[in-house]
Order: sequence, then structure tokens, then C-alpha cells
Amino acid sequence: MEMAGKNDELITARAAGLLACTRCGRVHRREATACQRCGTTLAPESRRPLQAVWAWLLAGIIVYIPANIYPMLRTSTLLENHESTIVGGAIDLLHYGNYGVAAIVFIASILIPVGKFIAIGYLALSIGRAGILSAHSRHRLYEVVEFIGRWSMIDVFVVAILSALVQLGTVATINPGVAAVSFTLSVAFTMLAAQSFDPRLIWDADKEPL
Amino acid sequence: MKTNMTWQERFGDRALIACPTCDTVHVEPDVPDNHQALCCRCGHVLAAPRENAQVRVLALAVTSSILMIAAVFFPFISLDAGGLHNKTSIMDAVLAFSTGLMAPLSLAVALMIVLIPAARLLAIIYTLWPMVRGDRPFPLARKAFGLAERLRPWSMAEIFVVGVAVALVKVAGLATLNLGPAFWAFVGLVVVTVFQDTSMCRYTIWKWLEKTTN
Repeated sequence: MEMAGKNDELITARAAGLLACTRCGRVHRREATACQRCGTTLAPESRRPLQAVWAWLLAGIIVYIPANIYPMLRTSTLLENHESTIVGGAIDLLHYGNYGVAAIVFIASILIPVGKFIAIGYLALSIGRAGILSAHSRHRLYEVVEFIGRWSMIDVFVVAILSALVQLGTVATINPGVAAVSFTLSVAFTMLAAQSFDPRLIWDADKEPL
Repeated sequence: MKTNMTWQERFGDRALIACPTCDTVHVEPDVPDNHQALCCRCGHVLAAPRENAQVRVLALAVTSSILMIAAVFFPFISLDAGGLHNKTSIMDAVLAFSTGLMAPLSLAVALMIVLIPAARLLAIIYTLWPMVRGDRPFPLARKAFGLAERLRPWSMAEIFVVGVAVALVKVAGLATLNLGPAFWAFVGLVVVTVFQDTSMCRYTIWKWLEKTTN
């Protein structure tokens, strides 16, 4: 494909004094208020600020704490009542010898959320600073975070299915615990944090030769 | 080449597109079928048209809708343990949280596994139907397609399927499980949706909407 002017340096829409639509990419003059192609409203300052990212991230971290303290699953059988947290559920699976499934639960409910908190925090902090990672690696990190974040919801769906399925009266009953609510909120908040992060901020600071 | 040229001198009145992830300006590519246009700076896919992609995506979306209806209304999984029997539909899984304080979570689960995927399918069919037939787009088609794009991360049917698999492993030792037609419909739905999302070229669709709307 043809680049914006062959052999000369790349230019961003902002540097060229133009305004780009974030949904479809169509470039407009600065004065434009709505995208001619997809109809999205165009904001005059095209970069989204980081406040929203920090706000959603903080909210996500806060609700992640009760998600780990309170029970996710309440199992009642004839003999006993058992409440398990997210970590407890993964450990139970280990005891039954289901290593693969225990790994899925552990990765989806612990590694991915915590990894996301760190990654989004790092990306937001590293804007405008020379970091260890190049713009390309930071952008890759952002793409991974955006792609993988939704998968944390696995555990909530497991709880939903188990609670619907295991309703055998007094013999065995599984009910969801409150942690399911705060865990869902945590996933939703961090997804919103990732979505409100503007990847173009990574590239604005990028001055390396192309 | 001089670097202090204004954008008018550089690009004239050629239509421009900016990479959504790094903002680099490109002259709008004219991409042949089965080729991709990548951003020269960050490698983001700007356009990836395929031969007959619109017909294929429309067909897959109609298929998904039928599978979705089957998935919601047929029995999903049933369980037998010690003479006791319990069967579950997708609606039961959604309603698992419906008691007490957790009721809003029921709504959220319903949205993520049924309502949002269904809304996206309808919006995509609504947008592509006239495109495939060569007509003008239906009113508000741009809004509908924009909504389908915005809702994409919140459509979690495929994650639900993995969740079901994990749940099955958890109870497999304790009870006998029977997978109903709805389970297979749902698995089919996920596979079809993946094909549909990868063969759709958003650039081609937006260009068509622009050309025919204004």
C-alpha cells in the first residue's frame, strides 16, 4: 500500500493539524465536529486523558479485594456446609487432581486480573517517560491486556452454571457467594480502564527512527 | 523531501486515514481482495478485504442467530446423581444469581452471554443485508454498525463455553452429566462467531456506508 508520502517521515494526524476518527480512522480537518464516514462525534482534542484510566483502574483494584475475601461458592451437602473463595476453589481442584482446570481457574481469576492491574498502571505511568520498554513493546502489552481481560469472567460463569446445575435438594446444593458480584465488577472496571486508555499516547512520545 | 511541508502540500486532496492505535496518517489504501493493509508504524491492520466477505459474514450471522435461538430454548445440560435429576437451560444459568442482593449480576450475565451477542448479530445483519443486495443502507445503519463494534468486547459467549467446560470437570466425578442440544448449539455459535469476526473487513463496510449514506 501507499504510505503517506513515499520515503519521507511518517506523520501523525495530530502533528499534521488534522483530526482522526477513532472508530473508523477517517481523517478530517480540525474544524470537523462529526465523522463523515461513521457519524461519530469528534472531540477537538483528539487524545483521551489518563484520568479515566486511573479512576477505573482504582475502582477495579478496590472491588477485587472483597472478591477474594468473601466466598465465591457455597456448597451444602447432607453432612456439611462449605464455602470457598476464588483461591480456595482452585486449591480444591488441585486436591481432586484436576491440575489443568485448576490452572485455568488460577490463571483466569488471579494471574490475569493482577497482571492487568500492573500492566495498565505501568502503561499509564510510562506515558511521556523514557521507559525500559520501547513503544512497540508497550503497544504489544496494551493489545494483550485488551484481548485477555475479558477471559477473567470464566470463574463467574463457572459459578453460574454450577449453581444452576447442582440443585439436588438436601443432598447437594451449590449457591453463588457475594464475591461473584465484586469479581464481575472488578473485571468490568478493568476492561473500562483498558478501553479508556488511548494507545496513541504511547506513540506520541515515540521518537525512535522508523 | 522537505519535512516542513504542510499536509495540503504533502497529500493534496487525497482521502486520508489515520491508524486508530498510533495516529499515523496514510493515504487511503485501495486494497485488493485477500490482501491486508497494515499501518507502517505499529503494524495495526487497517484493511483486510476478502472475496465475497460480506455475503459470508451475513450468512454466518444468520446461522448464528438460528443457533442462538436453539441454544436459549433447548435443554442445555442435565445431571443425574443418586436417583436425583436436574436439568438446566441457559436461562437457569442466568437466573442462578437472581436471589437477593445478587440480582443485578443475573442481568449482567444475561447481557454478556445472550442479549449482547444477539444485539450484535441483529445489528450486523441489519447493516450487511442491503450491502449484499446492492441497495442503499437502511436508516441508522451507521449507528447500528457502530454499536456492534462498541459491544464487541462485552460479548462473552466464548468465555461462557470455557466456563461451562470447567464446571463440567468440577462435577464430572460426582454425577452423570448429559449434554443437551443447546450445549452443542452454543459451541457451534462460538465457532461461527469467531469465523464471522475474522472475515469481516470493517474498513470496507465503513467505506460503503460513507459512500451510500452521504
